[in-house]
Amino acid sequence: MLQIKNLHASIDGKDILKGINLTVNAGEVHAIMGPNGSGKSTLSAVLAGNEAFKVTEGEVHYFGKDLLEMSAENRSREGIFLSFQYPIEIPGVSMVNFMKTAVNEHRKYKGLDPIAASDFLKLMRDKKELVGIDSQLTNRSVNEGFSGGEKKKNEIFQMAMLEPILAILDETDSGLDIDALRVVANGVNKLKTKDNAAIVITHYQRLLDYIVPDFVHVLSQGKIIKTGGKELALELEEKGYDWLK
Amino acid sequence: MAIDNDKIIDDVTQSEYKYGFYTDVETEMIPKGLNEETVRRISKLKNEPEWMLEFRLDAYKKFKAMKCPNWAHLKIPEIDFNEIIFYAAPKTKPTLDSLDEVDPALLETFNKLGIPLEEQKIFAGVAVDAVMDSVSVKTTFKTALAEKGIIFSSFSEAVQHHPDLVKKYLGTVVPSHDNYFAALNSAVFSDGSFVYIPKGVRCPMELSTYFRINAANTGQFERTLIVADDDSYVSYLEGCTAPMRDENQLHAAIVEIITENRAEVKYSTVQNWYPGDKEGKGGIFNFVTKRGICRGESSKISWTQVETGSAITWKYPSCVLMGDNSVGEFYSVAVTNNHQQADTGSKMIHLGKNTKSLIISKGISAGKSQNSYRGLVKVIKRAENTRNFSQCDSLLLGDKCGAHTFPYIDIQNDSSVVEHEATTSKIGEDQLFYCNQRGMDTETAVGLIVNGYAREVLNKLPMEFAVEAQKLLQVSLEGSVG
Ligand SMILES: Nc1ncnc2c1ncn2[C@@H]1O[C@H](COP(=O)(O)OP(=O)(O)OP(=O)(O)O)[C@@H](O)[C@H]1O
Ligand SMILES: [Mg+2]
Repeated sequence: MLQIKNLHASIDGKDILKGINLTVNAGEVHAIMGPNGSGKSTLSAVLAGNEAFKVTEGEVHYFGKDLLEMSAENRSREGIFLSFQYPIEIPGVSMVNFMKTAVNEHRKYKGLDPIAASDFLKLMRDKKELVGIDSQLTNRSVNEGFSGGEKKKNEIFQMAMLEPILAILDETDSGLDIDALRVVANGVNKLKTKDNAAIVITHYQRLLDYIVPDFVHVLSQGKIIKTGGKELALELEEKGYDWLK
Repeated sequence: MAIDNDKIIDDVTQSEYKYGFYTDVETEMIPKGLNEETVRRISKLKNEPEWMLEFRLDAYKKFKAMKCPNWAHLKIPEIDFNEIIFYAAPKTKPTLDSLDEVDPALLETFNKLGIPLEEQKIFAGVAVDAVMDSVSVKTTFKTALAEKGIIFSSFSEAVQHHPDLVKKYLGTVVPSHDNYFAALNSAVFSDGSFVYIPKGVRCPMELSTYFRINAANTGQFERTLIVADDDSYVSYLEGCTAPMRDENQLHAAIVEIITENRAEVKYSTVQNWYPGDKEGKGGIFNFVTKRGICRGESSKISWTQVETGSAITWKYPSCVLMGDNSVGEFYSVAVTNNHQQADTGSKMIHLGKNTKSLIISKGISAGKSQNSYRGLVKVIKRAENTRNFSQCDSLLLGDKCGAHTFPYIDIQNDSSVVEHEATTSKIGEDQLFYCNQRGMDTETAVGLIVNGYAREVLNKLPMEFAVEAQKLLQVSLEGSVG
């Protein structure tokens, strides 16, 4: 579904991605690991359409379409979901309003009528249960005053609501306690089908015990320097990244 | 309180000013221009008693000696009073006790504006006084309210039927020489609403006035007088729209509120006069003097305003806190886009002991607009242990607009605590991207974020109008980003 070829991207004239190649097929889980500052979040931001980053070279195709030509909102409507490493607070906007707006924008794109209020509330309830998020959180403003872990759970809740085809989870595990990690990972696994795919960015092999990857990639200084199976994560956990250089 | 958002999102597909239509009704007008004869003519048309004419003539004399104020952060073009028609009334039958007698074209107009005048069709629990150009067209639920002793009528009717009350209170809060536009209004005002809530009565429904400018080349000068006697309560709402025209039209209103002992008045405004087009052509000049006096002890006046319309807004709803322990509040959202200019804020005058005031102002500027908060907190020596808190926030969309804050503080005693906080922020790229990533286009995202920003104020509005106001914020900012 996704082909990334020789992708280069920069911000403020500083090159960050320096030739990424990656192919993701339906049903696959790809883990991306790598040292701080290697460009993992940049890659996810570029895939999601953040215009703060400039693509200087390369191409990306999503179901055969030129992804880089698409607006961020259309990428979302076409099924790309980014779970942010640092979710954004929107004061005064309730989660209910926010989610209903998002869901209806997705429906409009598909030519569907806005969701009925009762159906929406039921959907919220079901998905909250699925990802094990505290009911109270959705009564509050988007991420405002949420703890680090609550923000991450909220990202997965939103993912469950929007049922993406390609989910990019940027360090969704960091900040979660052990129980929450299990709950969130279970949520991700429940949403997994043979038709969708996930790119899971993480620093810890622990998450990969729950969400088992088909491939593990190591990103360093803007390039994928090694690709392997799930056992590569264990090796990295033990040896760090230095031996790869 | 979660406000239903999907209705809002749906309705906001058209970015044009929705209320810009004109109703073709036969209109009675007086010749344009302003002179003593104009004043006399208006008074005569309204069949007013002598004292009312005297009040007008006195005001006109004062007006002639005054000059248009220039201290606001506004560019006000010269207003040619000789080009304005000061009285225009849709021709209708003289008595309007039954709806059958209201011109169907007028009913249709108010229907189109979302203000049905058939009592059974109105939002449950809202009584409406509908004013078109210079006259009140219809006041609903009058009889039901009268049973409780509540007077809710057009101003003209009040002058005829309750002259003692009008005479007692008219001009006691905003004297005719208060300012240039107040003097003008006092001379030529044509209609408006009058409310009297008797002792101990809690008004069982929202009262509301809907102002509509329709005729071309006219000015609208209405006056609202609300009196809440001891231990009474009323919530009052004002809405307004006008057709789209290339010429500017003048609106200069006065609102006076009086609260006696332990009475409370909540006054909300959703101001949506035509703002002019994208190039700044046309639009309403909105010069309004709104002031309430907490005469009685422990009484309370609360102003809530959502200002999205008008080419120029000049307006400072204020509270004179005379009674000990009285409370004044001001909640405001003012949006300016394209070439709109707004200079708005509040004055809190603390005269009584232990009086409290609160100012929450949220300015939102986009396009090439200018948005200023101007406020005064004054505490006299005798007003011990008073408190004020002011919070003035500005949100900027884009970099061609301006936001300004002019707080004036005058404190004459040591026991008072006055706090002022101000912030200016830009709508965050990261917030927009977060919304985009969830499938919202930037326009929808801006609407959502702005509504969140204004939530504290919107929550103060009666429910039905909060939804309306939320939509308005979104519509007024369309095309302002990206
Ligand atoms: N807005 C920005 N302005 C300037 N430099 C930036 C910006 N965003 C990212 N960078 C730089 O780009 C590089 C890659 O950052 P990125 O966030 O993609 O790393 P990462 O691999 O996600 O790291 P981490 O594991 O710490 O999350 C870093 O050197 C970072 O400082
Ligand atoms: Mg990162």
